[in-house]
Amino acid sequence: MTVTNAPKMITSRFDYEDAHTIERYTATGGYSALRKALTMAPEAVVEEVKSANIQGRGGAGFPAGTKWSFLPKDVFPRYLVVNGDESEPGTYKDRMLMERDPHQLIEGVLIAAYAIQAEQAFIYVRGEMALAHERIATALNEAYAAGFAGRNVAGSNYSVDVVFHWGAGAYIVGEETALIESLEGNRGQPRLKPPFFPAVKGLYMKPTVVNNVETLCNLPWIINNGAAAYVEFGNDDSKGMRMFAVSGHVAKPGVYEVEMGKTTFRDLLFAPEYGAGMLPGRTFKAMIPGGASAPWFYEEHLDLALCKPTVDRAGSMLGSGAVVAMDDSTDMVKAAWRIVKFFSKESCGKCTPCREGTNWLQKIYERILSGNGRREDLDLLLDVADNISPGLAWPPRQTTICPLGPSAASPIVSSIKRFRSEYEVYLERAERNRQSTDTGAIQLVGATQ
Amino acid sequence: MTTVDRDPNEVQSDPNLVSLTIDGKTVEARKGELIIAAAERAGMYIPRFCYHPRMRPVGMCRMCLVEVEGPRGPALTVSCVAEVAQDMVVHTMSDTVKKAQDGVLEFLLANHPLDCPVCDKGGECPLQDQTLTFGPGETRFVEEKRHFEKPIPISDLVLLDRERCILCDRCTRFSKEVAGDPLIHFTSRGATTEVATFPDHPFASYFSGNTVQICPVGALTSTPYRFKARPWDLEQVESTCTTCSVGCRVAVQSSNNQLTRYIGLDSDPVNHGWLCDKGRFDFEAINSDDRLRAPLVRKSGELVETAWGEAFDAAARAITEAIVSNGQGSIAMIGGARLANEDQFAWAKLLKGVIGTDHVDAQLGDGLPADVLFSLPTATIDDLDTASSVVVLSGDIKDELPVLFLRLRAAAVDHHVPVIECSAVSTGVTPIATVRLAYTPGEEPALAAALVGSKDPSGEEVAGASVVDVQRARALLGANPVVIIGRTTLGVDASYVADAALRLASSGARFLIGLRRGNIVGALDAGLVPGYLPGRMPIGDAKVAERFGGFGRQLPTTRGMDTTEILRAAAAGEVSTLILLGADPIADFPDRRLSTAALGRVRRIISIDLFNNASNAYAHVILPAAAYAEREGTTTNIEGRVTLLSQKITPPGVAWSDWMIATELASKLGEDLGFSTLADIRREYRSRSAMHAHLDEAVLRDRANIDGVLTKPTQGDGPTVVGEPRVAMRDGYAVRLVTKRVLWDHGTSLANSATLSTLAPQRPQIEVHSSWLGGLGAANGGQILLRTGSGSVEVEAMPNDDLPRGIGVVYVDQPRRAEGGEFVSQPSVWDLFDLSSITSNSGWYLDVKLESVGR
Repeated sequence: MTVTNAPKMITSRFDYEDAHTIERYTATGGYSALRKALTMAPEAVVEEVKSANIQGRGGAGFPAGTKWSFLPKDVFPRYLVVNGDESEPGTYKDRMLMERDPHQLIEGVLIAAYAIQAEQAFIYVRGEMALAHERIATALNEAYAAGFAGRNVAGSNYSVDVVFHWGAGAYIVGEETALIESLEGNRGQPRLKPPFFPAVKGLYMKPTVVNNVETLCNLPWIINNGAAAYVEFGNDDSKGMRMFAVSGHVAKPGVYEVEMGKTTFRDLLFAPEYGAGMLPGRTFKAMIPGGASAPWFYEEHLDLALCKPTVDRAGSMLGSGAVVAMDDSTDMVKAAWRIVKFFSKESCGKCTPCREGTNWLQKIYERILSGNGRREDLDLLLDVADNISPGLAWPPRQTTICPLGPSAASPIVSSIKRFRSEYEVYLERAERNRQSTDTGAIQLVGATQ
Repeated sequence: MTTVDRDPNEVQSDPNLVSLTIDGKTVEARKGELIIAAAERAGMYIPRFCYHPRMRPVGMCRMCLVEVEGPRGPALTVSCVAEVAQDMVVHTMSDTVKKAQDGVLEFLLANHPLDCPVCDKGGECPLQDQTLTFGPGETRFVEEKRHFEKPIPISDLVLLDRERCILCDRCTRFSKEVAGDPLIHFTSRGATTEVATFPDHPFASYFSGNTVQICPVGALTSTPYRFKARPWDLEQVESTCTTCSVGCRVAVQSSNNQLTRYIGLDSDPVNHGWLCDKGRFDFEAINSDDRLRAPLVRKSGELVETAWGEAFDAAARAITEAIVSNGQGSIAMIGGARLANEDQFAWAKLLKGVIGTDHVDAQLGDGLPADVLFSLPTATIDDLDTASSVVVLSGDIKDELPVLFLRLRAAAVDHHVPVIECSAVSTGVTPIATVRLAYTPGEEPALAAALVGSKDPSGEEVAGASVVDVQRARALLGANPVVIIGRTTLGVDASYVADAALRLASSGARFLIGLRRGNIVGALDAGLVPGYLPGRMPIGDAKVAERFGGFGRQLPTTRGMDTTEILRAAAAGEVSTLILLGADPIADFPDRRLSTAALGRVRRIISIDLFNNASNAYAHVILPAAAYAEREGTTTNIEGRVTLLSQKITPPGVAWSDWMIATELASKLGEDLGFSTLADIRREYRSRSAMHAHLDEAVLRDRANIDGVLTKPTQGDGPTVVGEPRVAMRDGYAVRLVTKRVLWDHGTSLANSATLSTLAPQRPQIEVHSSWLGGLGAANGGQILLRTGSGSVEVEAMPNDDLPRGIGVVYVDQPRRAEGGEFVSQPSVWDLFDLSSITSNSGWYLDVKLESVGR
């Protein structure tokens, strides 16, 4: 079990109680990267980030620099939108970054905005994150007062307004086009891609870059230390450090910044510096490696490195960096139901298969859990899921606009494939109940919420 | 019985063609065309719910999924969003596609109530039809379905059943994108999503009926049609709506000889499938039990039902006696805009040819001078989309010509055509206007001169409008403007707008006639206007007289009187016999004292109408006419587009078509009009009128011309304007009246429609700026006295601080509803008008002074 001795790149100030103040931030080297970036040509900043090859930390893992270069040349105004609508169950890394070190994010925003020559930047923060709202709003005011944001950023000729926007608590708004819709004041529902690729037709139909909070928090380090220093960390496929939110049945849940590609899932869950193993007396049963949408991993996957292609090849994803551990006390049918219920509740309702399908799946689960399952329900679950995510393949195909609906298929497929026997228990009990009760009265087994 | 949505993306010899393969068949399509549209043209129907060719695609029902081959194999794609591309390979019936479509239908049906036997849509339901064709056949859904209260009214006309709703976004998109009335919207999310109105705001859109038509299930139903019929029992014909003069194409449906429903047809040049709610639902009036069923003749002071023969004798006698004692000039006719073109021609022949009078006017003091209208270069509705700008100088077209408003809105919103609205008060057009020139009515000529003059206007105001706005408008005007010209207010003489129109025309503008009466353009073309014979031929012209040889006994040689002059002459005892051809001057002419005095003094009044009305109380003979959908013919819209009217039901009682009445009356007068069929009339119309010469039977009936054929008017030498603009002088202590028509009025068709008769919003009688009311003890509204030239009327006033000072808005046809729901008459706005001494086109204006009731 190894814990690399890589430096903390984005959580370096987490030990300070006052890390969120501009005083602490500037005293610890804050805004020096911004000043440095402003001395470079915008294209050079883009190049630097491209060379750092930093993968987006929102879930899809698309290289940030490449994303920036999709903006059509000479089309202005263009916008930078910061996706702080972190809502994937198990994921809470961006919240930490926004609460603990908001200036780091703002500096990253300003660097990115300068690099793409955005006229305005919008920080969209999930509705429920009250402390993050407060910290970002305060930090933004401080940054304006100190001349880092607004007219003539840090004394340069570049001006950019940074707008803080407060979400209304919808998971789907984490999807970038839905976030843009919400930012425009509409219902948070994904747009069709094509034609609405944000880089071309984004916010207000103008070229727009949408970046994740953690992605942007990496920029100050990259600019200060250079891409060459950045790519020293990680492996060939995944560069730099990354934050993982560890939760579930581990002794020490929390957010950990670890080196990509060199750290394994086993390290993350069992190393004393990180998750510190299962709760006393329990054994590891399964984990969700990258947020609720991800297919589950098991014992045999523990030694996989935290590296995008590695995890992709193994049939799941690192996603948003949420690792949820489940121990031997877990009822896998309920676990799957809980995730399906989440997606059903968070479906925006735009596409028929997701709106009706996830709701149907939830109802089937609740019927099984309440002791009224039928033999054919397992095939039904899989086929309904198949109608949302044809072929139930990974990466998923979809009959919907966005991947929310197909995400509900992951826990169903994983749990039925691996833990079919747990379903059988429910179904057999239901069968017995039906035979023993001639009144037709339903005897409830298992709890529903 | 669903109507076929015509595809706006139809390819027409476009050089930008691509070829692609759909289900193995090579298909040519235009770049940018959607796969679903290209496939449909090629005869391959891809199922759909949310897609509608007249609205922006949203790709959310997911029913139209197809597979498109790509570098990584075939990918599921929504064909209502994906555009065609060269060499694209599309599969619409692969196993993957079938499974996806199966799945979507199963999902849609999971929570759908399947109450089809009691659903209005059952039998013409896209969900039913597509389930039959593409669906799974059985359901695996054994859970409890979603429940909502069934159905809830979301307006006076529309009910919403949220259980049936499949959330396709058609109604909500229509309301927002097409109508610009975003009054219904989705609320909540996921499986609990529902369509809803905003609290305390009903779905009070003039266009709400369209949502019922385009709803792919029975979630939206309309009060007038609900539970009235099963679709398979309906018969239908295609026709043209004549409620106003836009000329929307409709399917007229009936059951048991009763009209049950109108469905908008997608006419590319006109209505794009949309109808307004007045046009859609006013068929109730035609079904009304109050329709005239038999002729009435006054005997010993009482109107009594009689046979046609006796009624015709009485009418003929009234005409003959008038001619014998006082000459042809003592006979006058008001009305005719309700009629079909053929009716109008027959009546023109009877009046001008047989009787020989030119005192004939289809406009009731609310129109524009025919000589000016005839001289204006014409535009089509489609020209709105490509105009450099649109100038609106008319009444509120959203209320008066609703579907023209939709087309204007599309031009402004989708085609980015600047709209320059000239209106003293804000109207339905204001929200889409690029600039509104809040000028003072009566100063239209000055405004027009400033708009198109060579000199940039200076100072602060032009005609009451801000110079900054006028300068902006000048910059927006462009080389190719279209002007919607109508009557801005009945409070000043039509000559002001007419003068302004001529000034705008001199700068190269083209015009759409913004007059609202059903077939007013047809009436003007047919010569139901003083000074003209059919085909806009001026009377008193030797060549015209030659062309009209045999048109009757003796053509009038001098220009006759218009409606205002006819009524003045009548009030002076100079009219012996007055024919009201679908006209009710007491209710409709903007001076009730004059119309009452006039009708009271005419010796014989012959009224041809659908209903008994206020003016009929003075009639000697009343002849029941066949209404819309009870007769065939053609009608002419504001563009000059001639389309076919169809008969669907038989008239009530013994009512006759108007042309038959004219023909029979002529024969009683000893003349044979020569018409036994409509084709006979059209034949003569073509031979007399150059602008109608091309409209032969084959052309009219050619399916390719189903959207109508434009007349070909020749712009003769019209009047010209010279010199400084005339201005209706202002008195700082007087209020200038802007008359406003609201779509929901209490006119003939609505008052006789069960569902629509209660929709009149009951506006106050006059709205003025609050600063005018404070001193009158009515700062928050109340009774005040309006003093006009000849007297005063007590009215209810309400403050409206959006109005410029010095402008008062009065509403036409808005009776009050008393306790108990009965409509009661009140001083009409027409009581405020005094036209008894004015001369038409003299530049009159009727300002009023406000006084407190106590004074």
